[in-house]
Amino acid sequence: METLVTILAGVLVTVATYLLLSKNLIRVIIGTAILTHAAHLIIMVVSGLKTGSVPIVGEGDPVDPLPQALILTSIVIGFAVTAVSLVLAYRTYQEVGTDKLDELRGDPDE
Amino acid sequence: MTLLHWAVLSPFIAAILIPFLYKYLKRIHTGWFVFILPLVLFIYFLSFIPRTSSGEAILNNLDWVPSLGINFNVYVDGLSLLFALLITGIGALVVLYSIYYLSKRKEKLNNFYVYLLMFMGAMLGVVLSDNLIVIYVFWEVTSIASSLLISYWYTREKSIYGAQKSMYITVFGGLSMLAGFSLLYIIAGTFSIRELVANADIIMASSLFIPAMILVLLGAFTKSAQFPFHIWLPDAMEAPTPVSAYLHSATMVKAGIYLVARLTGVFGGAPEWFWIITAAGLITLIWGSISAVRQKDLKGILAYSTVSQLGLIMSLLGAGSAAFYFQDGDSALYMTAILAAVFHLINHATFKGSLFMAVGIVDHETGTRDIRKLGGLMTIMPVTATISLIGLASMAGLPPFNGFLSKELFLTGMLNVTEYGIFNLEAFGFIIPIIAFIASVFTFLYCILMFSKTFMGKFDISKLKVKHVHEAPAGMLISPVILAVLVIVFGLFPNLLAYSIIEPAMAAIAPGILSPGEFFDVHITHWHGFSAELFMTIGIIVLGVLLFMTFKKWENTAFYRGEKDLFNAAYDYGYDGLIKGSQGLTRIQMTGRLRDYFIYMCTFIILIMGYTMYRYNLPLIQNLDLSPIPIYTWLVISVFVGSILTIPFLNNRIAIIITTGVSGFLVALLFVLFRAPDLALTQLLIETVSVVLFMLVFYHLPKLKKVKTPPRMKTIKLVISIGFGLMITLGSLSAFSMGQEANYESISEYYTENSKEKAGGYNIVNVILVDFRGLDTMLEVLVVSLAVLTVVSLIRLRFKGGEDV
Repeated sequence: METLVTILAGVLVTVATYLLLSKNLIRVIIGTAILTHAAHLIIMVVSGLKTGSVPIVGEGDPVDPLPQALILTSIVIGFAVTAVSLVLAYRTYQEVGTDKLDELRGDPDE
Repeated sequence: MTLLHWAVLSPFIAAILIPFLYKYLKRIHTGWFVFILPLVLFIYFLSFIPRTSSGEAILNNLDWVPSLGINFNVYVDGLSLLFALLITGIGALVVLYSIYYLSKRKEKLNNFYVYLLMFMGAMLGVVLSDNLIVIYVFWEVTSIASSLLISYWYTREKSIYGAQKSMYITVFGGLSMLAGFSLLYIIAGTFSIRELVANADIIMASSLFIPAMILVLLGAFTKSAQFPFHIWLPDAMEAPTPVSAYLHSATMVKAGIYLVARLTGVFGGAPEWFWIITAAGLITLIWGSISAVRQKDLKGILAYSTVSQLGLIMSLLGAGSAAFYFQDGDSALYMTAILAAVFHLINHATFKGSLFMAVGIVDHETGTRDIRKLGGLMTIMPVTATISLIGLASMAGLPPFNGFLSKELFLTGMLNVTEYGIFNLEAFGFIIPIIAFIASVFTFLYCILMFSKTFMGKFDISKLKVKHVHEAPAGMLISPVILAVLVIVFGLFPNLLAYSIIEPAMAAIAPGILSPGEFFDVHITHWHGFSAELFMTIGIIVLGVLLFMTFKKWENTAFYRGEKDLFNAAYDYGYDGLIKGSQGLTRIQMTGRLRDYFIYMCTFIILIMGYTMYRYNLPLIQNLDLSPIPIYTWLVISVFVGSILTIPFLNNRIAIIITTGVSGFLVALLFVLFRAPDLALTQLLIETVSVVLFMLVFYHLPKLKKVKTPPRMKTIKLVISIGFGLMITLGSLSAFSMGQEANYESISEYYTENSKEKAGGYNIVNVILVDFRGLDTMLEVLVVSLAVLTVVSLIRLRFKGGEDV
């Protein structure tokens, strides 16, 4: 199963990178969100996906709880970053009037 | 701190006091206060003559950074003393001259004298230090002070250009010299010159010998304006004339000569040292003398003549370095070159100093230095004309002036070279005296040209800006007269200096050649029979006069009309090219497009990961202990892949949000399958809130337009994305397999076992979050709070106007 999930993560990274390289600000933000998913899945995979019970005492032999704790922290941080970048994009559009990255370039001499 | 240390540092201390004197004693010309210092120092250094002439050397130690072997050790022997006397003696005369040259009312005298004192102290430091690093420090101070002095009239564009150029070139040389010193330290383990000389055979045997030598020589050649680094010197003529007289004829440009002379004991005897220095010196000599003929500006002539004379001294030092090869051969054969170098060093300082001062007077009184506008000044400025005549005759090598004697010795030295019979000299040696002869002819030529164009011919006031031309005030004439008198005195009584100054300096340049109690034979005479040198001198005079007589014929040739040095163009072209090149390079890579930077980053990650995997035979995907795949997982994953692959093709806003949301919820579903209830819960909640946020923001954003991407860009994007995805997949698979291979026991065992016992909680993930690793959670809360604050301030705070930062 690890191989399968890793390949899934690879597909996620591919799509995320493709979106990051696009010209549209919102697509870039969506790309980062998808990249976060890929990272979470990989953290899950590298410690092994051995079968076991949920990590609660008394439920038998539990799966590894540590990556879950790490991912939980990461999800929250990822959400905070996405929220900030979304609002930033919104404000940028309000002030500048465009969401095209090429048009957001400064002067070439700056 | 001994008196000698204070002597070296005294100009710096004086430099601190000068601004106060300038500010509070406006009535007296600041130069008078400065004048005392070099005079006192000169007398102080004179007191060393009895000790050094008996072969004694004075060494006073002072620790600076002993742990790195850097100590401010002051060392006085014949060579240091000769230079110290030149620096302080000519320094005093130059200060005296500048008092009359620079106006008390118009000029910023405090700047001038602070820079000049800084320079003087640094120069004393260079010649009196025994430690290479200390020499380097003072060396760079001379570069800085020199640039400050060249740009003294900093509102003139040419001054700034000259200052920058000299700075770049000499600092370039200084830095390579530092590298050379460091190599010497690596070889011999010491920065002390005396210890290096003692270990000369170790250095000679080292494989770093050649690199160290070339790097050190780069420093010496740039400072002493040797070919092709001579180009800064003519541009340094934008400095006030006292500066040109002091720095660019008598002292700073001789720092390189000093270094070469000082390190002859370390490097001398090697054929590379002999050939590099002799060749560089001779090329500089001939190039400088030919270029000097072409100049129309008096200071330009003197600048190129300085270049050429420095080349002469350098070539003599090269020829003399053969002394170390022979060790105890016929010392008269090769030591004549060293004798000529030392003697000419003194002579050049005297006549070149006086010539610069005379030119300064002409400039000061007529308002121009252009030889095409000047002429017939002999009767108007008789004293200046006499000084110039003496200086130029000495430079041209006419008897009975001191230049004649050193020129004769120079020719002897160069002729001797052909008799060495080493370093392939049998084959090419005959070229050396020929170059020396041709260069001397041109030297003779520019000397006559300079004199005749300035002082002879017709006086034409209409070409000049000033209305009334007259002789300079007496004060201005004191210094050049003293120097001109010295030219005659050293010419008539050359042996005055022989055993007091010259012989100790020779002994210092060639340490270890003499056995104790022995002295080099220094006997300079005007007449030594009908020798080859005499006929050469006659030939020089005849040819020089001939060329001068035919001046009308070659006056209009391209050779004479052109003034610019070939290498100036190369320098300018290189300088502009460097700036344009780096600008172009920056423009190519810094496009200002986010996408391009992403492309750089991804490409480098792909390349680095790919290379690492290739290099270490990764990925190690073998014998993986994989867990089984339940059937429903296939379903979830295929739906996931399907939904994620549609995202790039979507152009509808709502569709793109929903599909992104779907992938988020599928991640939550995967967490369920991986038995992570807390994660699933959080992921569900957060994905919901995210979708809501996206919706909110999208409502205010424009419709997504179908962006037309050129096919080439699309391919690049595709290749990079797939490559990046592949690398991540392979990387994580490798991480997984390496983790299994290492087979470490997971620390999670501890959490699982102690969650209940020690922390009193059943949900292990939650116990980790708030108990075992509570710090992470606290900071994560901080992150969220900051995000909230950012969002609030982004939306609430609006600055009206002045937003464009």
